[in-house]
Amino acid sequence: MSELRYEAPDSLASAIKLLAAAGGPARILAGGTDVIVQMEMDMIEPELLLDIKHIPGLREIKAEKGGFRIGATVSGMEMMEHAALCATWPGLIDGVKLIGSIQVKGRATMAGNLCNASPGADSVPPLVTAGAMAHVVGPNGARDVPVEQIPIGPGKTSLAKGEIIESFFLPARPRNAGDAYLRFTPRTEMDIAVVGVAVNLTLDGAGVCTAARVAIGAVAPTVLIVKECADALIGTKVDAAAIDKMAAAAAAACRPIDDKRGTKEFRIKMARVLAKRVAQKALERARHVA
Amino acid sequence: MSKKYHVTTSVNGDEYDFLCEPQQSLLDVLRDNLMLTGTKEGCATGDCGACSVMLDGRLVCSCLVIGVEAGGKKIETIEGMAKGDTLHPLQQKFLELNGLQCGICTPGILVAARALLEKNPDPSEMEVRYWLAGNLCRCTGYDKVIRAVMAAATEMRGA
Repeated sequence: MSELRYEAPDSLASAIKLLAAAGGPARILAGGTDVIVQMEMDMIEPELLLDIKHIPGLREIKAEKGGFRIGATVSGMEMMEHAALCATWPGLIDGVKLIGSIQVKGRATMAGNLCNASPGADSVPPLVTAGAMAHVVGPNGARDVPVEQIPIGPGKTSLAKGEIIESFFLPARPRNAGDAYLRFTPRTEMDIAVVGVAVNLTLDGAGVCTAARVAIGAVAPTVLIVKECADALIGTKVDAAAIDKMAAAAAAACRPIDDKRGTKEFRIKMARVLAKRVAQKALERARHVA
Repeated sequence: MSKKYHVTTSVNGDEYDFLCEPQQSLLDVLRDNLMLTGTKEGCATGDCGACSVMLDGRLVCSCLVIGVEAGGKKIETIEGMAKGDTLHPLQQKFLELNGLQCGICTPGILVAARALLEKNPDPSEMEVRYWLAGNLCRCTGYDKVIRAVMAAATEMRGA
């Protein structure tokens, strides 16, 4: 067994240097709610555990360009306690609220939820439909990446050696816009999504949908962005017919596996059911009736 | 054998120094190094909440924190809940209303329930149930737990 090192650098520059110079597998320690479990269960055996919580600025939620900048080490509970963030992106908070227990959310971060790259991660579909960008820093400089490009398969990300997600940017949103996320699980709490659907839509003054994004989790190796769903809503008043068409497109896009949590058929059926409910909820929020 | 790290931390207001390896959880450190065995190990994977403690005022599972991370932090465990011989109202109500059976989940539930009541002194039963969803009881005595928390909340609001 290789020797495990713990480092807690106080700057991003030294974090990147330590990560890039690691001789063996390295893991970033933020909330630790996945990494520590994976170590405990001998699923991973890192040589370096890099605690990024001592780097100044990473634990802040800041207003930026009418939207928000959320640091990589901000916990779920900190997001849920941020009134302005909750009011602006309620669908993202729907997802964050469903991550584990209060205890888990006291530590777990959105960056960790994204980088753990589970297809069922609850904060990822609404983060994707929000159009969030990840600010990635590494040995070759910084880049801004649409969040959906970070996970590339179960447990795998597109981050290069030495790269760290520093923060997320959530854009400003128009007034008549709403987002929502719902998942299906056998238990209401402490469970992992069998299917999860997020919808983010914008209405004009006449109530016509001018923009929409729909993402489905746990039905493919990564979260799916379904353009056909968005197309079914855009240009309509998001009436029952448009929602039905959108839900059918959601079901058609699923390519799930059978596993202990649900069969292919069940996941496809639930994607359709959830898509309808989520679109309705996002619509109510856009109309400010919910 | 990994390198040992020297950590200084505060537990229930007392300063502690300990040496630990980076793979040791805060739970292991509390129980094995500091002999504070009131915090229990259930699953060691963050699913059961038996190891709940407060870390800088935030409710966490101590099995999902590594000991090294505790450096410079303020930790509160079940051992700090009673003041001398005076039990916390939650502890008192758990005794009066039989809010425990085998008792393994009890310290974690008490710490978690106190965190809820500090944030929300007047929770609905639904709020208590959702807040404690991360605390599993293998004897399945949930109803009495909820009743004890509700009764303690009432008493604490009146006091």
